[in-house]
Amino acid sequence: MSATIATDTAGQGMPEAVSKGAFDLDWANVAKSGSIAALIMTFIALSGMPDGLDARPIVDGVRVLTIGYLTLFAVPLAFGWMIGNEVVLEGMVATKRGPRDLVAGAAVGALGGVGLTLLVVLMSNFDLRDPLVNWSPQLFNLLTFDSGVGVGVWVWILIGAVLGAIGASLRLLPAKIRRAVIVMFLTVVGFSVLQGLIDDIVGNVGETIRDPGRFSEFFGEGDTPRPRVDSVFDPVINFIYSQTGGLKLVGAIVLALVAGALSLSGRGRIKAAKASYNAKTGPERTKQTSIMIGITAVLLILLPFFSGKIVNELLANVGIFLLLALGLNIVVGLAGILDLGYVAFFAVGGYTTAVLTAPKPGDAWPEWLPTLPWWGALLVTVVFAAITGLMIGAPVIRMRGDYLAIVTLGFGEIIRLLFLSDWLKGYFGGAQGITNIPAADFGPLGTVSGVDPRSVFYLVLVFCALAIYVSWRLERSRLGRAWMAIREDESVAEAMGINTVNVKLMAFVVGAVLASFSGAIFSAKVGSIFPSSFLILVSIIILVVVIVGGMGNIMGVIVGALVLIGVLGGPKQPGLLQEFSEYKLLIYGALLIWMMLKRPEGLVPNVRRSRELHQDEFLQDAWLKGEVDTDDEDGELATEVAPA
Amino acid sequence: MTAAVKVKGAQRTGVDWFLLVLKVALISAICAGLLAFIAQQIDPGNAFARWTHDGNEANRLSGDQYKGLIVTGLSQGAMYGLIALGYSMVYGVLGFINFAHGEVFMLGAFSGFIASTQLDAAGYWEGNAFIPSVIFTVLLAVIVSTTAAVIMERVAYRPLRGSPRLIPLITSIGVSFFIQEATKLLFGPGAKGYPRPPEWFSQKYSILTFEIEGSKIIVLFVAAISMAGLWYFVERTKTGKAMRAVAEDKEIAALMGIDVNKTIVTTFAVGGAMAGVAGILWGLLFKSVIATTGFLPGIKAFTAAVVGGVGNLGGAMAGGVSLGTAEALAPLMLLEPLGVTGVTQLRDAVAFTLLILVLLVKPTGLFGERLSSEDRA
Repeated sequence: MSATIATDTAGQGMPEAVSKGAFDLDWANVAKSGSIAALIMTFIALSGMPDGLDARPIVDGVRVLTIGYLTLFAVPLAFGWMIGNEVVLEGMVATKRGPRDLVAGAAVGALGGVGLTLLVVLMSNFDLRDPLVNWSPQLFNLLTFDSGVGVGVWVWILIGAVLGAIGASLRLLPAKIRRAVIVMFLTVVGFSVLQGLIDDIVGNVGETIRDPGRFSEFFGEGDTPRPRVDSVFDPVINFIYSQTGGLKLVGAIVLALVAGALSLSGRGRIKAAKASYNAKTGPERTKQTSIMIGITAVLLILLPFFSGKIVNELLANVGIFLLLALGLNIVVGLAGILDLGYVAFFAVGGYTTAVLTAPKPGDAWPEWLPTLPWWGALLVTVVFAAITGLMIGAPVIRMRGDYLAIVTLGFGEIIRLLFLSDWLKGYFGGAQGITNIPAADFGPLGTVSGVDPRSVFYLVLVFCALAIYVSWRLERSRLGRAWMAIREDESVAEAMGINTVNVKLMAFVVGAVLASFSGAIFSAKVGSIFPSSFLILVSIIILVVVIVGGMGNIMGVIVGALVLIGVLGGPKQPGLLQEFSEYKLLIYGALLIWMMLKRPEGLVPNVRRSRELHQDEFLQDAWLKGEVDTDDEDGELATEVAPA
Repeated sequence: MTAAVKVKGAQRTGVDWFLLVLKVALISAICAGLLAFIAQQIDPGNAFARWTHDGNEANRLSGDQYKGLIVTGLSQGAMYGLIALGYSMVYGVLGFINFAHGEVFMLGAFSGFIASTQLDAAGYWEGNAFIPSVIFTVLLAVIVSTTAAVIMERVAYRPLRGSPRLIPLITSIGVSFFIQEATKLLFGPGAKGYPRPPEWFSQKYSILTFEIEGSKIIVLFVAAISMAGLWYFVERTKTGKAMRAVAEDKEIAALMGIDVNKTIVTTFAVGGAMAGVAGILWGLLFKSVIATTGFLPGIKAFTAAVVGGVGNLGGAMAGGVSLGTAEALAPLMLLEPLGVTGVTQLRDAVAFTLLILVLLVKPTGLFGERLSSEDRA
C-alpha cells in the first residue's frame, strides 16, 4: 500500500534519493532477519524436505541443483531480496541502491547459513534422532556435501552470503532485466518440475504427427496396437531432458536463454493485448470472448488424447476438486459465508449416488430400494443435497460469521461420524464403506469409470463447464448482487430490502448442489466410498484453493485448483510432484497464512472484493490525489472514483 | 447476529418454523432418551427396552459404572475447560476464534512427551521423583506453549488487527495446519507413548464412595490449582485488570494508559500457559500424543467456551466440565437406551450437537457472554 503511495506521488516533486555508505545499515534489522532466516533453514533441514526431495534433480549431473537443495537455497535468496525492501512514505527520503544492498543481502544470507552451520556442528556431536526423526546421517551428508564437518562448518555461511547477495542484487537490476531473470529461473524450475507432464504430452503429440493413424486408435478402433513410432519432438525432448530425470545442463541453459529473450521481447505485447481486449465493448468483445472460450474448449477436449493415463487421472482429480472449489466459491467468495463443513455436501452426494447405484449397498435397506443408472441417481442426489443444504444452512444462517464457521465444521464431522458409525452400518457400511459401485453408463456415449480416467475427465469437464456457467451467470444476477451486498455489510443489505436469510440459504443450496455433483462423479470414479474420504481436511484444502486463487473470482479458482491440486495434490490424491505429498499439507498451511497476511484477495483477484479488503488504502490513495472532500469522513464517493 | 433482532409479533418465516421444529425434536429426543434410561434402570426388561434392543434386555448401569463415567467426564471436562480459557480470553480481547489454540495444547502435550521420556530414561519417572518430575514437565510444557502462543500472535495475528473478522480466523486455520504438519515432519507421524507411570498412579482410591484413579485425582487437582491461579491473576493483579479493560474497550483502555499490545500478548501467553497445563493432563490421562491430538479437543474446548459464554472465564471452566460430563454420560444415558448401537463412536457427535443446541437455544451461553460491544455485533 505504501509503495503505491510512493509511486503515485513520485512525480509530485519527491526529494532526490540519497546515497549511503556500503556499511551504513540498520544492523539490528539485519540481525533480526538473519536469525529468522537461520531458524527457517534449520526447520526446513530438520523437516526432512531437503533429504526427501534430493532424489529429484533440476539439472541432471549437477549435484547441488536438486529440488531438495533448492528448498534450502530459496531461503537466503528470498531474505536477501526482502532485506532490500524499503518502505518510502510521503515526505520520507529514499536511499539510493548500491553496494549497500549487496552487503545487507550477504549479511542476512550468511547469518542464515550460520544456522545450518550450528546444526552441522550439533549433528556431528549429538544424536537427537529420538525425538527428531530427520536427525539422520543422510541429512548430515547432504548438509556437508558428503565431505565431513570440516567443509560443513564454513560452506553454508559462504553459500548463504553468496545467495543473499544474489537475491539483493536483483534490486539493483533494471525492472525489465529483473523480470527476465525471474522468468528464466522459474522456467528452468518449472520445466524440471513438470517433466512428467511435458514429456508425456509432447511425446504423444509428436507421435501423432508422425503417424496420424494413431489418432483413430484413441477412439478404441483397431484391435492391435499400432507399432510405436518415434515422436517428431524426440530430438527436442532429448535435448532438454536427461534420461535419468532432470534437465540436461546445456538444455537448461538454452531453455533459460530462450525464456529470458521471450520475456524481454514479449512483455509489452501481452499487456497490450490485454488492454485492447479490456478496451473493447459490445459485440466485438463478445465475439473475442467466444473465440477464446472455443479455443480453450477444443484444447481441453483434445488434451486427454495426448496425455497418458497418469496425467488424465490427475486432470480428473483436478476437475473433481475444481467443481468443489467452484461451489465453495459461491458460498465463501460471493456470499461471504465461511463454511468449513463443505465436505458434508461432497459426502452426501457421494453416498447418495453410491446407495442408489450400487446393486447391494447394505443389509438394512428395504427391498424396494431401486438400483438406478448413474444419471438417474444424480437427479435424486441433487434433491438430497439441496435438502441437506437447507438443513445445515437453516440453523446456522443467523449466527455470527465465526460461530457459523465452527458449527458448519461440526456438521461436517457429525455427518462423517454418522456414515462411519456402527449404528448406521446396515445402511452405509461403517468404516468399510460401500463398495461395488458400478461405472456410470451413458449408453452410446460410453461408460465412465475409474479404469478409464479419460472418460472421468470428460464427465468432470461437462460439469465444471456447467458450474462455471452457473457461477458466471449468478454473479451478475440479482441473487449474486444480493450475495455480494451481504458479504460487504449484512445490516446495510437488509436495510436495502434484501431478505438476507433466504438469500444466504440459496448460497448454501447452490454450493451443496455443486458439491454433490462432485461427490456423484467421485463415487462413480472410485467405485467404492469410505468415510475416510470425507475428512475435514477436504474442506480446508478446498478453502485454500479458493483463497489462494482469489475469492469470488472464477478464473482465480480455476488457477488455484490447477496449481494446488494439480501440482501438489489433493487430500489423498497425488499431484505432479509426488515427492511433495508428505509436505503438501505444510505448504497448504503456510500458503493460507501467507495469502491472508500479504494478499487476502488471492492470486487472481476479484476487483470488487479486493477493493473491499483494501478500502482504507483506496481511500488513502484518493485522499493523496485530492479526490476526497475532507469533510466527508467516510469518503463513500471516493471509493467509486478511486481507480482499481 | 446482526439479523437476529426479532420483533415480537413479527411474522415467522419458514426458517423460524424449521428451527422451532429442530429445537423441539432435539429436546424431545433428549427427554425420550432420559425417560427410556430411567425406565431401563427400573426394569431392564421393559417393553420399550425390548423393542429398541431387538427383544433383548437393556444393560442397566450400576452405581459404580455411573460414578466412573462422572469421574471420567469431570477429569476430561477439566482439561477442556483449561483449553477453553484460551479461546475465551482471546475472543474476549480480539474478537476472533483462535483456531490454532488446539495446536498450542498439542505442543504442550508433545513437549511433555519429550521431557517425560528423557526423565524416564534417567530414572526420574518413578518413586519419589515422580511428583517433582511431573511438576517440571508441566513447567516445561507451559513455557513451550506460552512461547508458541506468543510467536503465533506476533507473526500471524498482529498484522491482521482491524481486518474483517473472518480473515484472522482463516489465518488461524492455516496456523493450525502448519503447526500440525510441522510437528508431524519434525517428530514423525506416529503416536508417541508417555512412559509408564508408577503403580500408585493408576490405582483406584475411594473418596466419598467414588472410586477414582490416581491420575484423575492429579488431573482434577492440577486443573483446580491452575484455575485458582488464573482467577487470582485476572481478578486481583494489575495486569489482569488491564486485560479486562482491553476486553471491554481497546480505545478507552489505551487512553487510560494501558499498553494494549502488551496486554494482548499477555492474554495469548496466559491462554497458552493454560493450554500447556492441559497438554500434560492429556498426556497423564491418555498416555499418548500424536500430531493431530490438538484438533478435536481444540474444537471441543471452543464448544465449552461457547457453552459457558464466550469471554466469561468461570463460564469457560464450567462449560468445559459440563461438556466433558455430557460427553461421557450422553452416549450411555441418552443414546443407548434408545437402541443406538456403537454409542461410544458418537461421543464427538454428541459434543457438536451440544454446540449446535446451545447456539440455537441460548447463543450467549449458559453463564452469559462478556464481550465488548463491537465484538458482539
